[in-house]
Amino acid sequence: MTTLLGVERTSLTDLEDESVHILREVVATFERPVLLFSGGKDSIVLLRLAEKALWPARVPFPVMHIDTGHNFPEVIEFRDRRVAELDVQLVVASVQASIDTGRVRERAGQSRNPLQTVTLLDGIATHRFDAVLGGARRDEERARAKERVFSVRDEFGQWNPRNQRPELWDLYNGRHAPGEHVRVFPLSNWTELDIWRYIRAERIEVPSIYYAHGRDVFERDGMLLAVTEWTQPRAGEVVRRETVRYRTVGDATCTGAVRSGAATVDEVVTETAVSTITERGATRADDRASEAAMEDRKREGYF
Amino acid sequence: MTAVIPGVEQSRLLRVATAGSVDDGKSTLIGRLLYDAKAVLADQLTAVQDASRRRGYPDADLALLVDGLRAEREQGITIDVAYRYFATAHRSFVLADTPGHVQYTRNMVTGASTADVAVVLVDARAGLIEQSRRHATIAALLGVGHLVLAVNKMDLVGWSEDVFDTILADFAALADRRGVRSWSAVPISALLGDNVVDRSANTGWYAGPPLLELLETLPVPGTDDPALGWRFPVQLVVRPRTAAYPDYRGYSGRVAAGTVRVGDAVTVLPAGASTTVVGIDTYDGPLDEAAAGRSVVLRLADDLDISRGDLLTGAGRPPAVTREITATVCWLATEPLAAGSRWRLRQATRDVRAVVTEVTSVLDVTTGESRPAGTLALNDIGTVTLRTAEPLVVDPYAASRRTGGLLLVDELTGASAGAGMVTEQRCPPGTD
Repeated sequence: MTTLLGVERTSLTDLEDESVHILREVVATFERPVLLFSGGKDSIVLLRLAEKALWPARVPFPVMHIDTGHNFPEVIEFRDRRVAELDVQLVVASVQASIDTGRVRERAGQSRNPLQTVTLLDGIATHRFDAVLGGARRDEERARAKERVFSVRDEFGQWNPRNQRPELWDLYNGRHAPGEHVRVFPLSNWTELDIWRYIRAERIEVPSIYYAHGRDVFERDGMLLAVTEWTQPRAGEVVRRETVRYRTVGDATCTGAVRSGAATVDEVVTETAVSTITERGATRADDRASEAAMEDRKREGYF
Repeated sequence: MTAVIPGVEQSRLLRVATAGSVDDGKSTLIGRLLYDAKAVLADQLTAVQDASRRRGYPDADLALLVDGLRAEREQGITIDVAYRYFATAHRSFVLADTPGHVQYTRNMVTGASTADVAVVLVDARAGLIEQSRRHATIAALLGVGHLVLAVNKMDLVGWSEDVFDTILADFAALADRRGVRSWSAVPISALLGDNVVDRSANTGWYAGPPLLELLETLPVPGTDDPALGWRFPVQLVVRPRTAAYPDYRGYSGRVAAGTVRVGDAVTVLPAGASTTVVGIDTYDGPLDEAAAGRSVVLRLADDLDISRGDLLTGAGRPPAVTREITATVCWLATEPLAAGSRWRLRQATRDVRAVVTEVTSVLDVTTGESRPAGTLALNDIGTVTLRTAEPLVVDPYAASRRTGGLLLVDELTGASAGAGMVTEQRCPPGTD
């Protein structure tokens, strides 16, 4: 019997069935798929769905983490434990290495988030991955709302939103030329609330920072940043001990916490259901840069 | 057919696509629907208000909520489908806001192909123009279960019942010709919000519900023919060869039609071998049955030669096994489709070479008449005959979307060039 019970069974089962079908299509039609795994909630759900899609066989492809070097220790610990449990290969593509080899230049006082694109594309090229599975959802951001489930990237890794392939029914077309690759988004039709309802229904473990905890934080640009070795308060920024949690987990220098007392999965589901602000609007400095911040990064090859 | 799990309340997603010409107000309608249904979050609204002010608009332009690309906002048009998600107390929705411009018909087709309901928006001042007819026709051909005619900008025609009735009569004729049995009509103003979420005080002559209430209460329309029996296109052969499952052999896939049950007789197509279902497995444990839409693994009584692209089926009307099919094709590539051209054909989990034997006719979307034609140009809809290198296992699209739909893919560029809906399958003597 499934672990999904009652009313939640139907709409979550629909989403699960769709994602499982997409994941199996990837395994059937690509030579070298990889799943982007950051230890964030969406990639955790995606990895669980991959496990389900291929059961009772093992997940046959590696997972890749684009590591900015600015990590929450709880997340890295979680990542390593989950990879060991599933006995999958972990590829770490390091932004620090890209900086050290001169592929990208770090700008003082700015997040490493935009630098990830180069590291990601280099990682894809080095390992000759032809399908890159990501946990992006269309409800996250309006440029993402335009993305196909199978999204072809040219040999420069670029997305051309004005010329996307038609995508009909559940016939996904992954044909591509050598040097090109296909981004695949099995969670396209999930919302943030669906992700949390699924985490609850499936009793999926996520890193502890998704739940309310005490943390030293300070306010910058309207966001609550944690005090870490890379993010220190500037003059005039006051550090306070607050009860917070994270709604998204990314680079520690540009991911903000939210004030929240939601300490259990039930409380997080309730909080998400009544939230009046989007997860990226609440917590991601990188999306606030301009009206088309996400589209511009996506065109260049970002997640 | 929509799967019903006994004893479990149905709260399935309703997939809604908008259709209609450019400037008929589709993005504004979705923006209005989201806004009035309180599905717009504070930061999204602030961003739209700021952007509207920068552009010098007097009020917040709700279309900016869905027009996610820079080029769309610059030109005030929708280029590609935007998907939006929202839920009311009654139902969860996926809204596909599709482009109206004829140049982006391929994206409209994308949005409508998975829709349960299409809302065809029409400007009350213009009536059913060619592009509205094209979209309504495509939605009908794609087998969208229910069409809603939303006559927009009613404020600009003085809320005239006569204007509404004239457009309604035009639409009724089109629906009748295309065999659309299930449809409804609503007079609205997307800009002002009349009859979108809240009932309008300006349309006393209209007795029906506002658009949102209509969408909340529509039964999820089924499209597949229940006489068909079940269909199971094989995605992968599952052979783990692990310590826990040394001898396991199963076939993973998504039930394309009907309901498969343990103990059912199975025919493997195109080969024709017979066996029995001995198990329906999932990560969460075994099932007694799996209905259309479920992703599962089937175990069979006999070890047969079965691989990806094969189709398993049970009792009921069998699919056709054929190398020759006739399909209604929406042509989505710049290069015209002509007889003699070669393509990769994708259908269910099959991927075969195909040649166009004949382009028979093209549909005039304004008159609804077919006329003879030798080629299909970009955005044309026509009747095409194809021959494949290996047999297909197909159903008429009208009976089963998932086994009757096909894609024509350009072998060189990989582009999805055309979408086809099987109308007939012929099994000429001497072949297969």
